[in-house]
Amino acid sequence: MLKRSTEWLLPILGILFFVVIWHFSALQVKTSLGSLPGPVQTAEQFVLLVEDHLQEGEKEQAFYDRQEERNAKKLATDPDAKIKMRAYTGKATFFDQIVTSLVTVACGFILASVIAIPLGLVLGLNHKLYMAFNPIIQLLKPVSPLAWLPLVTMVVSASYVTKDPLVAKSFLNSMLTVTLCSLWPTLINTAVGVTNVDKDLVNVSRVLRLSYWQHIRTIVLPSAIPMIFTGLRLSIGIAWMVLIAAEMLAQNPGLGKFVWDEFQNGSAASLSRIMVAVVMIGFIGLMLDRLMLMIQKRVSWDKQQVLR
Amino acid sequence: MAIKGLMQLIKKSYGVSLSVLLFGALTVNASPLVLGEPEKEELKLGFIKLTDMAPLAIAYEKGYFEDEGLYVSLEAQANWKVLLDRVIDGELDGAHMLAGQPLGATIGIGTKAPIITAFSMDLNGNAITVSNEVWQQIKPQLPVDENGKVIHPIKAEALKPVLEHYKDTGKPFQMGMVFPVSTHNYELRYWLAAAGINPGFYAPEKGDNSGQREAEILLNVTPPPQMPATMEAGTIQGYSVGEPWNQQAVAKKIGVPIIADNDIWKNNPEKVFGVTESWAKENPNTHIRLVKALIRAAAWLDHNGNENRAEASKILARSEYVGADEKVIANSMTGSFEYEAGDIRPAPDFNVFFRYNATYPYYSDAVWSLTQMRRWGQIPQAKPDSWYIDIAKQVYRPDIYRLAVNALISDGLMKQSDFSDVDNETGFRPPHNHFIDNITYDGRSPNAYLEQFSIGLKGDQQI
Repeated sequence: MLKRSTEWLLPILGILFFVVIWHFSALQVKTSLGSLPGPVQTAEQFVLLVEDHLQEGEKEQAFYDRQEERNAKKLATDPDAKIKMRAYTGKATFFDQIVTSLVTVACGFILASVIAIPLGLVLGLNHKLYMAFNPIIQLLKPVSPLAWLPLVTMVVSASYVTKDPLVAKSFLNSMLTVTLCSLWPTLINTAVGVTNVDKDLVNVSRVLRLSYWQHIRTIVLPSAIPMIFTGLRLSIGIAWMVLIAAEMLAQNPGLGKFVWDEFQNGSAASLSRIMVAVVMIGFIGLMLDRLMLMIQKRVSWDKQQVLR
Repeated sequence: MAIKGLMQLIKKSYGVSLSVLLFGALTVNASPLVLGEPEKEELKLGFIKLTDMAPLAIAYEKGYFEDEGLYVSLEAQANWKVLLDRVIDGELDGAHMLAGQPLGATIGIGTKAPIITAFSMDLNGNAITVSNEVWQQIKPQLPVDENGKVIHPIKAEALKPVLEHYKDTGKPFQMGMVFPVSTHNYELRYWLAAAGINPGFYAPEKGDNSGQREAEILLNVTPPPQMPATMEAGTIQGYSVGEPWNQQAVAKKIGVPIIADNDIWKNNPEKVFGVTESWAKENPNTHIRLVKALIRAAAWLDHNGNENRAEASKILARSEYVGADEKVIANSMTGSFEYEAGDIRPAPDFNVFFRYNATYPYYSDAVWSLTQMRRWGQIPQAKPDSWYIDIAKQVYRPDIYRLAVNALISDGLMKQSDFSDVDNETGFRPPHNHFIDNITYDGRSPNAYLEQFSIGLKGDQQI
C-alpha cells in the first residue's frame, strides 16, 4: 500500500510533467495563426472567457431593463396590451455552452439507459431472443454518430412539427444521436451480465419458487449490477464524445459549436480558446466517469471488488 | 384603379393593418401610421461569418430590432447549405443569404422551397484570391505602373500560363467557391470566361451537379470561413469568397487577392435577407418590422461616408459575429483593400450597404442571377424572357420593402430624401455595361444578354 502522501504526489507529478512537455512542444508547432498555444496562453484565455461571461450577464440585465421600460410604455398607451417577458437574446458564452452540453448529454444518456437496461435484461433472460437480436445489435453498434446525424436530423425535422415547440429541434437532434450511439455498451453488458448469473443462485431461486419479478429483483439484478455499470460507464464516455462531434457537425448549441465557431473565426485568440475547450471537454469527460464510478460503488454489493 | 388593385392584393395577403399603412403612405406625412404588432416576437436569424452580415449585427447591437418590438437572436451557421435547410424547415425565421439562394431554392436547384426577399443586404464585398505559389507564377507577366506597382484590375488571362503548367504536369487546377448558386461562383466564372477560360457546366438532367463538365478549372464548394485553411492545405489553388476571408489570406501570408468583385461587375448585388414565402404570409408585420430594422442598420453603416465603419469592424470582430481579428475586418470595411502584403489601395466601395439604393431588391438583380444559372446549365432548358421576370417578381419583393420604407418615414426614423423615389421605382436598373468585359446588361431582356457571351449556354442549347 502506498503512503497517503505519495498517493497525491504521483498524479500531481504526472500532470506537471505533461504541462512542461506541452509548454515546450507547443512553441515548436507553427501554424498560420501563430504557434500552438501553451498552458499559459490557454489559462489566460480561460480568464478572458470568464470575464466575457460576467460581462454578458450585465448585458442581459440591461436587456431586461430595456424590455421593462418598453413594456411600461406600451401599457401607458394601451392599458389592455398583452405584456410578455422575452428571454435574453444575446450570445451563449463558453459557460452557457457547457451547461447546454451537460444537459444534452444527461438527457441522451438517461434515455439510452432507460431503453438499454430493460431491453438487456429481457435479452439476457431469454436465450432465443438474444440469438435473434444479437446480429442487429452487432450491426448497429459500430455505426458512427456522423452517419446517424443526417438521418436523425431529417426525421426530427419531418416529424417534430409544432407551432410552439417545447424543446429546440437542435436539442432533439443532438440528444437522439447521443442516445443512438451510447445505447449499445449498456445493452450488451446488461445482457451478458444477466446471462452470467451464478447457476447455483438460479437453482436457489427455483427451489424457493420465486416469482418472475422477485427472481429479477433479488437474484438477477444484484449479480448483474457490476456488468450493467461497466456498460453504463462505457456508454457515458461514448455519449460525451458523440455529443461534441454532433454539435460540431450540426452546429447545435454546446461546446462542440464553440470549438467549430472558433475554428471558423480564425482570429489570433482562436487557437487558445479551442485549447481551453479541449481541456474542458477532457475534464468534464473525466468527471462524468468518476460520477458513474461513485454511483457504482454505492449500489454494488460487492465492496471488495477493485474498481478503477 | 391601379392603386385600388394593389391595395386589394395587399389586403388579401396581409390583412387590414397593412392597407391602413399603405393608405397612410399614399397621403404622405398626413398622420402618423401604426404598423400592426409583430405576429412573432422571438426570432432566430441565421448568418454566415462574413463581414456582409453587418446589417444584422448592427440592427441587434444598436437596438433597432428591439425598437420594432422584436427579440432576435443571431446564430452563426456552418455553411450555406445548412443555413438554407434550417430556414426551410423553420428552425430559423430568416437568414443572411446569397443573392442566388432564394432564386435557386424557388426554382429547385438543389433544394426546392419558395423563399422570398424584401431586403438586399449589400453590394460588392467579394474578391478572388490565389495562393502565393500561383501569384509568384503570374506576377512577373503583369503590367506595372511607373511606381512599379501591378496595374489592377487583373484579367483572368494572367492565369493561362499557370493553367498550361498544371496541364503539362497532369495536375488539376482547383478553385473554391462557396455555393453552387452563389454570387461568388458566378463572379469567378464570369471573370474566367471573360478571358476565354471555360469554368465548366452543370448538367442536372444527367445527374451531374459538379459543374465541372468541359471545365478547364475545377470549381469546388468550400464554406467561406474554411477557404484559407483549405488553400493552405493545398486542396485548392485559389478561391472566390467574401470578406474577411481574402484579407485573412494576406494576414496569414498564404495568398494574394487578385481582383475584387467590384472590378468584375461594378456594384453587383451580393447578399439578401431571405425568409420562406409561407413565413412571410404568416408574419407580415414581423417581416416589415425586420426589414425596417435592417434598413436602419444599413443606413447607419454607410452614414456620412462610412464614418461608422471603424465601430462596425470592432463589433464584427467579436467571436459571436465574424470573429476574425479586428485589423483584418477593418481593412475592407473602412474603405481600403490590401492586395499583396503592403500593397494597400483605396476601395471606398468595397462594401456598400446603403448608398446606390443597395437595400432595394431590384428585379434586374434577380434576373442577372437567373441568367447565370442558365448560362452555366443549372437551368438546363431555354426559358422565355417572361419566365425570368416572373420568377424575379415572385422572389424579390419590393412591395414589402416599400411598406417598410414608408413606415420608417412616418415613424420619423428616416427621411424621404434618404431614399431616391422609391414609390416610382420600376425594379429594373437601367441597362449598363459596368462589367469587366464591357457587355451590356438589360434586365428586361435576359435571353438577348445571354446571346452576347462566347462561353455559356444560350438559346436552346443543352448540355
